[in-house]
Amino acid sequence: MGFIILVVLAAVAYGVALKRAAGTQGTSKAWHSRPGHFAWYALGLAIGPAFLVWAAWQIFGGSVVSGLVAGGLPPEIAALPPLERNFFLSEASRLAYGQPTIREATPEVVAAAEAYSRYFTIGTVAMWAAIAALFCAGLAMALGRIAPDTRARNAIERWVTTALLAAAAISILTTIGIVFSVAYEAFRFFQSVSVFEFLFGTRWSPQMAIRADQVGSSGAFGAVPLFTGTLLITTIAMLVAAPLGLLSAIYLSEYAPPWIRSIAKPVLEILAGVPTVVYGFFAALTVAPFVRGLGESLGLSVSSESALAAGVVMGIMIIPFISSLSDDAINAVPRALRDASLGMGATRAETMRQVIFPAALPGIIAGLLLAISRAIGETMIVVMAAGLAANLTANPFAGVTTVTVQIATLLTGDQEFDSPKTLAAFALGLVLFLATLTLNVVALYVLNKYREKYD
Amino acid sequence: MVWPRPRRLGAEEQARHTGKRYAAESRFKMVGLAAVLTSMGLLVLLLSTIVGQGFTAFWQTSLSLDVNLDAAEIDPQGTRNPQDIMAANYAGLINDALYAKFPEVTSRSDRRDLRGLVSVGAPGQVAQYVLDNPDVIGTTQRVTVLTDDVVDQFVKGKIDRDLPESARPISDQTIGWIDRLEQDGAISSNFNTLLFENGDSREPELAGIWGAIVGSFWMMIIVLALAVPIGVSAAIYLEEFAPKKSKLVDLIEVNINNLAAVPSIVFGLLGLAVFLNTLHLPRSAPLVGALTITLMTLPIIVVATRAALRAVPPSIRDAALGVGASKIQTVGHHVLPLALPGIMTGTIIGMAHALGETAPLIMIGMVAFIVDIPSGPLSPATVLPVQIYIWADSPERAFAERTAAGIIVLLAFLITMNALAVILRKRFERKW
Repeated sequence: MGFIILVVLAAVAYGVALKRAAGTQGTSKAWHSRPGHFAWYALGLAIGPAFLVWAAWQIFGGSVVSGLVAGGLPPEIAALPPLERNFFLSEASRLAYGQPTIREATPEVVAAAEAYSRYFTIGTVAMWAAIAALFCAGLAMALGRIAPDTRARNAIERWVTTALLAAAAISILTTIGIVFSVAYEAFRFFQSVSVFEFLFGTRWSPQMAIRADQVGSSGAFGAVPLFTGTLLITTIAMLVAAPLGLLSAIYLSEYAPPWIRSIAKPVLEILAGVPTVVYGFFAALTVAPFVRGLGESLGLSVSSESALAAGVVMGIMIIPFISSLSDDAINAVPRALRDASLGMGATRAETMRQVIFPAALPGIIAGLLLAISRAIGETMIVVMAAGLAANLTANPFAGVTTVTVQIATLLTGDQEFDSPKTLAAFALGLVLFLATLTLNVVALYVLNKYREKYD
Repeated sequence: MVWPRPRRLGAEEQARHTGKRYAAESRFKMVGLAAVLTSMGLLVLLLSTIVGQGFTAFWQTSLSLDVNLDAAEIDPQGTRNPQDIMAANYAGLINDALYAKFPEVTSRSDRRDLRGLVSVGAPGQVAQYVLDNPDVIGTTQRVTVLTDDVVDQFVKGKIDRDLPESARPISDQTIGWIDRLEQDGAISSNFNTLLFENGDSREPELAGIWGAIVGSFWMMIIVLALAVPIGVSAAIYLEEFAPKKSKLVDLIEVNINNLAAVPSIVFGLLGLAVFLNTLHLPRSAPLVGALTITLMTLPIIVVATRAALRAVPPSIRDAALGVGASKIQTVGHHVLPLALPGIMTGTIIGMAHALGETAPLIMIGMVAFIVDIPSGPLSPATVLPVQIYIWADSPERAFAERTAAGIIVLLAFLITMNALAVILRKRFERKW
């Protein structure tokens, strides 16, 4: 509602300024800015500050009102324990904003609710008064500046450039947000569990004891089994994806007739676009029973959630990623190298192995590193197919768990933010973030350091 | 350095050597072809497994029963008041119809099994039918109700009747009843409209994906409204306005590239810590999901938009600047319109990616069991991929079928979006 009023006000400012500027300017050519520029200029001056006031009230108004009400509580309520006082306040706000209350409203609650509505009304009226004043002042200022030598266009362009810069800076904010939120919670975790125990402990059982004498819930936070599990599944995935992806890329870029390429490229794109939850379902429903049956026919004992099933399906997911990055690397090798080698009488395979592949190697290695980083961070496939048992094993037929699985499991369901069980997820998230970041940086370094610069 | 003098080969030796090299060549080619065929085969296997599992979920087994819609039970006062009609004991009427169909079943436990043939949603269906046609009160009508999910799976042939009785979830006696009903023509298979009307449910035969589709819709609307303007603006700044030697710009560049490689689950942690625990936004709401997904989608859109802007040749900019346009005018009037098809293609691909994302949404509570259709961006909701995940986790057999059906619907959306992107690219692609 308030937003619509602001839009209407903006339209008014634009229209008034446009009319005034066009009327003053007439057909004169000696003006720096066109009437449209003055209109936008007026719109910005009149609505910009007003919008900020409105947005500030939307975001902070609720807490300001609650703070005022909490400050003015009668002493016997203010003396209540925090939990009950908060309940009292939320009851009062529910009553004030017309939502159903949980308990029958007592006279104190009704009084507090009245305080809520009173402060809220005062705040809203004050906000609209401020908006009206800012709007009128801004519009008057803009209209007063309609003159031949006002640089209205430059002002607008400065605003637009600033807005574009702000949009670009959101990426920095996101990174800061990730680092701070994850690192802060991880820091709280490391206050109760030592970093050394977390990184090098070999027992993972994050169930905290509810009673002191409970069996089997000691709360061990040694993450080594998770790291080895992640490593095992990633290795299996890369063993599947690296040869298939690389050879597909070589075949498609060097040998494939156009009609095969016109089929294979979209197929790989579809594979890349399939959501990971679909791969997870495929792994759990089709591949895991198949692996189990295969192992049993060979006389091996295979757990129903084996690392092999999750790893193979993750490998399938990564094939298009590797193939497209390798394809780029191979295509970046200049035509002249290829032609020279073929001209010397080398076969295509020899050219590939001895000329193009070495030249494309930095790009291919960077691609493989990015693929590993993606495999480490992949969640849904392992959540659905790899299981929860934190086994310290290199046996691909056993069930293992990974860092991402544990993050997802620890944070699903009801959580309190003061138990090490929940905070452990953030410590794992921090490890994951740092690991993928490192891989990404190393990949970029390899690419920049070893890539041959032709031409 | 002294090069070894090459040994001159004889003609026969030469031919043998060449033959070996050519054999190696064709081996190499075959290995490459095999890799491509394997990748394609894996996709075919993936899709055929899922379609084979899921297409049966678009039909649902129903049972036709002659139900005596007793006026004394449904509407004793004869007021035709909808509330009274809804409140009647339809389960009892359905049970009476079943007992009448199988008069020989008398023991209590057998009768309980018999009642288990119909879905727990059946009384609601009959109530709705009576409400829509009040004239039928007091008559006996042939009413079609849903069967229980186990019966449905059996009729669809997903439960093998040759298994020993203890190994299947359905007893010999029940199979006998179903066979008799099939002979009477009482069992029919209809298009499963409930799948596209209902939210989640504990009963597989009543569970639908409409709630999840609506949740996805709200989330995608907000992602579109946030990610596209911010992403395109950021790309325009970096590509057209950013000073070439600036620490800040370098920092932003590195950041965007790194964010594109951060695992999605880390964004889930960010959403949980910032949006839920610090800003206290409602759990399970599409708004929170959208904010989280927006941060994840932004780098994709920025990278795609920059590529599209870079494809516009510098001569266009030079021409516009040459006739006196300002930088903003150059970009706004000339570069951006020419880059628009590329931007749209990249945006659609980014949105398709966002639509299929699951892991970060699990973190922010969208895995909750939600029956109601979400009414807005702040009401609790789930989204399609998360619904698929929830169902995939359910032990009931019939949910596997629902899961695959949900995947088919999700893939249909994604393929439509990708096809749109391809068409846009083909239609508007320009070579300069």
